[in-house]
Amino acid sequence: MTTLKIKNVKKVYPNGADAVKGVSVDVEDGELVVFVGPSGCGKSTLLRMVAGLESVTEGEIELAGRIVNELEPADRNIAMVFQNYALYPHMSVRKNLAYGLKNRKTPQAEIDTRVSEAAELLQIAEFLDRKPSQLSGGQRQRVAMGRAIVRHPAIFLFDEPLSNLDAKLRNQMRLEIKKLQRRLKTAAIYVTHDQVEAMTLADRIVVLNAGQIEQIGTPAEIYSNPATTFVASFIGAPPMNMLEATTTGESLEIDGQSIPYSVKHSGRVQMGLRPERIKIVNGEAGFGFDVTVLEDLGATRLVHGHIGGQEITLAQDADLPAPSGHIKIGFQPDDVLLFDEATGQRILT
Amino acid sequence: MGIIAVFFLWPAAEAIRSSFFLEDPFFGNATFVGLDNYRVALTGSDYQRTAWFTAVFTVIVSLMSLALGLMLAVSADRVLRGKSTYKTLLMWVYAIAPPVAGLIGVMLFDQHIGPLVEFVALFGWEMRVGVNYWDTGIAMIIVSTWKQVPYCFIFFLSGLQSIPTSVKEAARVDCRSETRRFWTITFPLLAPTTFFLLILNITYAMFETFGTIDLIVKDQPGNSPVTLVYKVYRDGFRGNDLGGSSAQSVILMLIVLALTIAQFRLIERRVHYN
Ligand SMILES: Nc1ncnc2c1ncn2[C@@H]1O[C@H](COP(=O)(O)OP(=O)(O)OP(=O)(O)O)[C@@H](O)[C@H]1O
Ligand SMILES: [Mg+2]
Repeated sequence: MTTLKIKNVKKVYPNGADAVKGVSVDVEDGELVVFVGPSGCGKSTLLRMVAGLESVTEGEIELAGRIVNELEPADRNIAMVFQNYALYPHMSVRKNLAYGLKNRKTPQAEIDTRVSEAAELLQIAEFLDRKPSQLSGGQRQRVAMGRAIVRHPAIFLFDEPLSNLDAKLRNQMRLEIKKLQRRLKTAAIYVTHDQVEAMTLADRIVVLNAGQIEQIGTPAEIYSNPATTFVASFIGAPPMNMLEATTTGESLEIDGQSIPYSVKHSGRVQMGLRPERIKIVNGEAGFGFDVTVLEDLGATRLVHGHIGGQEITLAQDADLPAPSGHIKIGFQPDDVLLFDEATGQRILT
Repeated sequence: MGIIAVFFLWPAAEAIRSSFFLEDPFFGNATFVGLDNYRVALTGSDYQRTAWFTAVFTVIVSLMSLALGLMLAVSADRVLRGKSTYKTLLMWVYAIAPPVAGLIGVMLFDQHIGPLVEFVALFGWEMRVGVNYWDTGIAMIIVSTWKQVPYCFIFFLSGLQSIPTSVKEAARVDCRSETRRFWTITFPLLAPTTFFLLILNITYAMFETFGTIDLIVKDQPGNSPVTLVYKVYRDGFRGNDLGGSSAQSVILMLIVLALTIAQFRLIERRVHYN
């Protein structure tokens, strides 16, 4: 079953900003969908339209079988977790959790059970009588999640919930959100601009750019089969190398050096190559590559340099001897992705 | 320190000293009378009547300014949400509103050209400000409130604007009724502002309405209601009862002291929010 259907939704702000330009995506039951994209691409706007905090200019939003376009946020059976927690500063943690239930006339006994369940789950039971100002950032984030959980909503909406936390806590909370969501089996949309978060959390990723969907797919699909140059360079760290190349149908030429490559396309193309798929080779075969900078990241080492005039980065095991000067690099033709030079669309080989 | 001594401590000490004496205004010789001045002041029927009016006046002016200021601020906040222009608006209101409001306020009640006087006359209420006790009292309350509303508006508006948008949005998800959201989220979050304004308004109503009252009674207090501060002035400078008026002002000083302490308490409590 499908929990949420976003059907050709558009948003134009009163000031004329065209934030979302016709987006359609479904969220299945129990699925965690991540909206990812650069700042200003419209991902928050889309999420907020689902929440009812922003009106829908055009299109339909269907939640659990009913069109919710005109409903108030409180009537939509959604729960939202905000970036800066948005806890009620004058209420204790317990009251923060109970507030939404009280307003829905839930019986007190039921409220108490749900609050203690959520508190248990999130390990915030000992803070229930504190005010939010007496909690650390991580604890506040848990309370914010607790406030969503107690509601037993049809869908959770997360808007960059971890971006105010430090790196270590962020990784830890990311894992917890994933575990929690799996356990509760509630559908969720998670908005982030961080592709690592997207890759690790998502069942499916929706990559947005300038108010439009670039690609929808599982993390693996998006990673290995990006549909556009935008997706290719946005997903993956370090980002995919993008080179200007020319195909003849039988060969692929980069800056005067060429390899045999069979493709039903000839002319100038954008060529994508993941840094971790490039190998340093001995002997004559391969492209000449000039090393400029090395970056050691612990387990892996990034080798920056250029083929002719084009920048390129490769990743290698840090145990390998550090390369320097002029070397040769090679890669499998299968690892090469070609994109139309003008449109950035993938050219399938 | 020196400035405080010259402009505050010395006059205060002088007032306390003279409140224990009965002074002859013409020959300048003073007789020590102990607490007599206080006894006379507190038991005098005129004083009690004035105290009673001051209390009623203060309560009504304080609460009405709060309520009107809050109502205006809430409507302005709705329009201004997310706009940066609101600070400019505040500046203008702050600078212009109170004096203009005061002037307009007094004009409203002018016996000859005041539109308000004409307006209530339509309902058969012939307002005689400066002559009839109640009419004068009501005019004082309205003009004083009128002048204080802009301040309340400014503080409430900046209080409202400082509530994070996301908190309001979280509340929209949690609670359907806007009225209920106001009383359970917005109003409690404004509590520090409200307390602060309450003290400010009380201080204002008791001490700073002198000019307004003076304008309305037009130097002929006669049967008109006045506040305690005005009475100090009238008894001291018109009635030449320096001892009695000093005693009254010492009483007022104690009230100011109490209000100041309340205000400090409040500032301490405020630390709890964030
Ligand atoms: N209330 C608003 N009024 C007018 N324009 C807006 C409003 N909110 C957002 N926009 C515009 O709509 C576009 C999308 O904004 P949105 O907040 O959805 O971006 P985002 O993808 O969430 O970015 P970020 O990662 O920075 O949060 C932006 O160009 C932004 O300037
Ligand atoms: Mg955003």
